[in-house]
Amino acid sequence: MSLTPTQTQDQKEAFIQRGRSTASAGSGRNLLEVSALKMHFPLTQGIIFQRQVGAVRAVDGIDFFVEKGETLGLVGESGCGKSTTGRAILQLYKPTGGSVKFEGTELTTLGGEQMRKMRRKMQMIFQDPYASLNPRMTVGNIIGEPLEVHHLAAGKAKTERVQELLRIVGLNPYFTNRYPHEFSGGQRQRIGVARALAVEPDFIVADEPISALDVSIQAQVINLLEELQEKFNLTYLFIAHDLSVVRHISDRVAVMYLGKIVELADRIDLYERPLHPYTQALLSAVPIPDPAVEQKRKRIILTGDVPSPVNPPTGCRFHTRCWKAQQICSEVDPEFIEHAPRHWAACHFPGA
Amino acid sequence: MPELLEVKDLKTQFFTRDGVVRAVDGVSFELAAGETLGIVGESGCGKSVTALSLMRLIPQPPGKITQGSIMFDGQDVLKMDDDEVRGIRGNNIAMIFQDPMTSLNPVLTISRQITEALELHLKMDRAEARKRTVELLELVNIPSAKKRLDDYPHQFSGGMRQRVMIAMALSCNPKLILADEPTTALDVTIQAQILDLLKNLAREFRTAFILITHDLGVVAGMTQRIHVMYGGKIVEKADTNELFANPKMPYTWGLLRSIPRLDENRKAKLLPIEGLPPDLIAPPPGCRFEPRCQYRRDICREKEPELIGIPNAKADHEARCWGTQAGGWLVDSDWHRDVGDLAALDAIKAEVADLPPDVKRVEAADDDKKKGN
Repeated sequence: MSLTPTQTQDQKEAFIQRGRSTASAGSGRNLLEVSALKMHFPLTQGIIFQRQVGAVRAVDGIDFFVEKGETLGLVGESGCGKSTTGRAILQLYKPTGGSVKFEGTELTTLGGEQMRKMRRKMQMIFQDPYASLNPRMTVGNIIGEPLEVHHLAAGKAKTERVQELLRIVGLNPYFTNRYPHEFSGGQRQRIGVARALAVEPDFIVADEPISALDVSIQAQVINLLEELQEKFNLTYLFIAHDLSVVRHISDRVAVMYLGKIVELADRIDLYERPLHPYTQALLSAVPIPDPAVEQKRKRIILTGDVPSPVNPPTGCRFHTRCWKAQQICSEVDPEFIEHAPRHWAACHFPGA
Repeated sequence: MPELLEVKDLKTQFFTRDGVVRAVDGVSFELAAGETLGIVGESGCGKSVTALSLMRLIPQPPGKITQGSIMFDGQDVLKMDDDEVRGIRGNNIAMIFQDPMTSLNPVLTISRQITEALELHLKMDRAEARKRTVELLELVNIPSAKKRLDDYPHQFSGGMRQRVMIAMALSCNPKLILADEPTTALDVTIQAQILDLLKNLAREFRTAFILITHDLGVVAGMTQRIHVMYGGKIVEKADTNELFANPKMPYTWGLLRSIPRLDENRKAKLLPIEGLPPDLIAPPPGCRFEPRCQYRRDICREKEPELIGIPNAKADHEARCWGTQAGGWLVDSDWHRDVGDLAALDAIKAEVADLPPDVKRVEAADDDKKKGN
């Protein structure tokens, strides 16, 4: 069902009401449910007595769910809080507020030992393959460590499992005694993927896994991630700033701006019928490798820079750069509501 | 029409402990006044070294321009003495660097960094140079430019710093601007702002541009002609529309096929270029792309193809490929449909998986270890 102009105001209201309650709830197939998640980093002043003078509101109240087996793309510009979201979900940061439910278990209140057990089911692939592998450990130790931590394999079984993992990610199984510096960027990222897979997780947060790689290598890693998803029935939260890549790999896409999700929809829906002006600007800014298309395209060029998350604008956070902004935008923060089936947006004037 | 820039058989090499790195290996191209040229390639293909060579900014040692000529406006840059080069740098040829965070001097004010060039090259006095700086900053759309003259770079955002870089490049009305990945460090919406600005300025001042990037999308909308580089050589030259409509080199095909497009609907698998870029210390003897090419034949490994005109293409379209040259086996193939020998693709993938990543260096490291023990 979608909204048409002929529908009455009441119907519209009712539709919107339903939408509100479903942004983080969704169907029963959800692997992950995030609601009102907040991650603030305190800013302090003073040498001995540190008093808090403010906070960087990196993530400021977001709701979404991830269904089993799907890939949710999370896009936004640098500093919008997308990586923080990924880390807060895995409890690498202690969230300031809100809830993160994984398979129905609330993660924010779990104790250390219970959390460690949960981590077996959720892993992370990091952005920079040069910084995320310990240079003093051999590849065998890097991939084998999680197996030991979670008591999954030891001795000969561990060696075999490491070799199997290397084969799965397309590396020679006899590389176990080599060090990370002996590998190229793309190969290192494969090692990072093998490490994440070692504990047979259900859910993987991939934080910009390809942005540090060369164009021709990026496609290799994207294909690998897709193959693995099919093979092991993985669920991904794919964080990236490259909208073309996100469109390719995701089933659904969430767009973040300054600590909030401004739009969330199925892949095709979002790219073809973006409702939020920020999404529209973002999409129009991506260059397309085709001169014929480029010459015809109209660009929306946003003015200015992203405001500081320490002191975000009142009302809608995008109103300072938005060409549609009106009085209400600077006063009232628009709610994140379902404007069409499975298509949420936070804007007072959504649509074209 | 007389060419503004004529580069002939340029070779730049770096002499390292492991051997001679042939970063730029025989590159030739021309550029007319007011023309925009894109140089596309992956990291390590020699595109930035080409740009630095044009300005004679190669650190020496270990680097050295060993061969070739760079005729700029009728003079050979390589034969100039240091003073003459300094007279051209920033004055006739300006450069915009990739990373605006590190290419501005953090201890000098914005105005000082721009006035320095104005005073040196255009012999302006302080007051005059300051006035011109305000104009330049307004030209690149820095809001309330006058007030921000005495700010330091750290007070500017990334996009604004890149605008300052552009203002600096424009300050002496250069005939040629080299932009080396000018938007790679920026966010998409800021990238759109900067590209828009560069495009308008190029049109307004009729400055020739060389835009160096790895992003095919960026050059598609910005340049008139494109040169594709691989392994220190130009492997394909064509005008922009022709290159995207009718590419004639399997490496270019691979690049176009391996990037997902924003306006693409089908969720097809990407066809990556398997394997790794060539080692420029010991490049493949034949075609540099041969080890990664799924269309390869024996001749590709044995002999290196020339960069020459090819059938089924525009007159000035050149490619370095045995397959698409006259009489080759790829002359009539449609790159959209003919994805080549998939078995060969798998073989390349397996080869790479089996090969130690960097055979030479690994062996050297092993040797070192043995000696240590």
